[in-house]
Amino acid sequence: MTAATSASFQRAPRDVAIVSVAQSRHERAIVDRNEVELIQPVIQQALEQVGVQKGEIDFTCSGSSDYLAGQAFSFVMTLDAVGAWPPIAESHVEMDGAWALYEAWVKIQSGHADTALIYSYGKSSPGDLPHVLSRQLDPYYYQPLWPDAVALAGIQARQMLDAGKITPERMAEIAFVSREAARTNPNAQLQGSAPVAELLAADYLSDPLRRHDCAPISDGGVAVVLAAGDRAKRWADRPAWIRGIDHRIDSHNFGARDLTVAPSAALAAANAGVAFDKVDVAELHAPFTPQHQLLVDALGLGDDVSVNPSGGALAANPMMAAGLIRLGEVANRIMSGEVDRGVAHATSGHLLQQNLVAVLEGA
Amino acid sequence: MGDAALPADLLRADLAIEYPFNRTTGPVIGAFFTGLRERVLVGIRGADGRVICPPVEYDPVTSAPLTELVKVGDEGTITSWSWVPSPRASQALAEPHALAMIRLDGADTALLHVVAADGPEAVATGARVRAHWADEREGGVTDIAYFELTGEHEGTEA
Repeated sequence: MTAATSASFQRAPRDVAIVSVAQSRHERAIVDRNEVELIQPVIQQALEQVGVQKGEIDFTCSGSSDYLAGQAFSFVMTLDAVGAWPPIAESHVEMDGAWALYEAWVKIQSGHADTALIYSYGKSSPGDLPHVLSRQLDPYYYQPLWPDAVALAGIQARQMLDAGKITPERMAEIAFVSREAARTNPNAQLQGSAPVAELLAADYLSDPLRRHDCAPISDGGVAVVLAAGDRAKRWADRPAWIRGIDHRIDSHNFGARDLTVAPSAALAAANAGVAFDKVDVAELHAPFTPQHQLLVDALGLGDDVSVNPSGGALAANPMMAAGLIRLGEVANRIMSGEVDRGVAHATSGHLLQQNLVAVLEGA
Repeated sequence: MGDAALPADLLRADLAIEYPFNRTTGPVIGAFFTGLRERVLVGIRGADGRVICPPVEYDPVTSAPLTELVKVGDEGTITSWSWVPSPRASQALAEPHALAMIRLDGADTALLHVVAADGPEAVATGARVRAHWADEREGGVTDIAYFELTGEHEGTEA
């Protein structure tokens, strides 16, 4: 594929690793805590796990969305969870936290920081999420129709079904395997699944998608600590080194795209060096079952790769956090010694428009 | 506190939160919207010669600036679709309908819009559709109220 052949993998000058990960328990609606109260204990846990005071963090970067919070500059309020006095170096992306991690990684690579705290969170429960997400679209041709996120994903699913790249049975199997895997994930919202035959007997939510094909609507958050070089080795017995990371985007004009492929995901994977060695585990940010299959193909993952042992976004999908959680899940498995090399993927926008891929290694 | 407690001569004014500015849609998107008012649909020729509809200012692959507007038909073919069983109030049709990608005749890419249909059984990839124009058109995608099925299917005689 042309996207892959134009890629160029270069090892970054500084060794940077994830040394700590903490998550909330993701729920359909967290009604007893606001965003600050939701994320503060998560941040605290991420710092305490490595025995770090906030004064030792050079850079703080967060990811969240005003469209979910319902007010402008909502992330400023959430800074109370960090404590911004004495003044800290801080930034924010109106994106999934995976992109906040990317910004922090660039900051560390540039020599302006050695350590970073990244956190992201989303409470989707106060609004009508599939409706709110239509505001991510092109304001001229798409937004005025208010197309909801599930119906849009159905259009992509139909293209994959028509093209023979997925079947309803395979979609149900992906949902079943993901949610069964989530039984061992204490943070997952959905743990366990009805059998495939039962899933396939259910009515459509938005033909051709059934409810099991869609990620749940979730409230939750995640925090990650990054450190460079010797600091990473001091803070973690086995840091999860980021050996490659890249993000790419396809046209927002998805009527001009083949929705059965994701060239930006394939390019990001090539630039991150996914294919340079054996992949033990992959965590893919696929909010809909056909996207899971599409990403397995785009990243070139073989049958020997353990894909989404956490259950993935199909088991818990806190907006703005579910991508960073994928990096955290892979990092945890490397830090525990369970695996040596893993791939984490995050997506942003509708129909896998923008994709980030990172390769994490234990050595 | 009730109004009775307020003096009768209190000055009052309604407060409407609004953004008192307009965006200029430019020579390409603007041309498409202007055409809609006249029930005319246009696309634009891409760097590879394909006609992109709705038109975009820059090629989606090469990012080259595009300028050659091309008239396309108000009938087309469904290239993919999903069913919206419970429309929200803001959506284009109040009744259950299909959300569809529609490749208009003369275009090589697809436009997103809604298709009126009795049920999902009536809709199919390859089904032919025709624009149903809004009575009052203001220069926006909703100037097409919806698409309706012609009863034909791509590749079959009418």
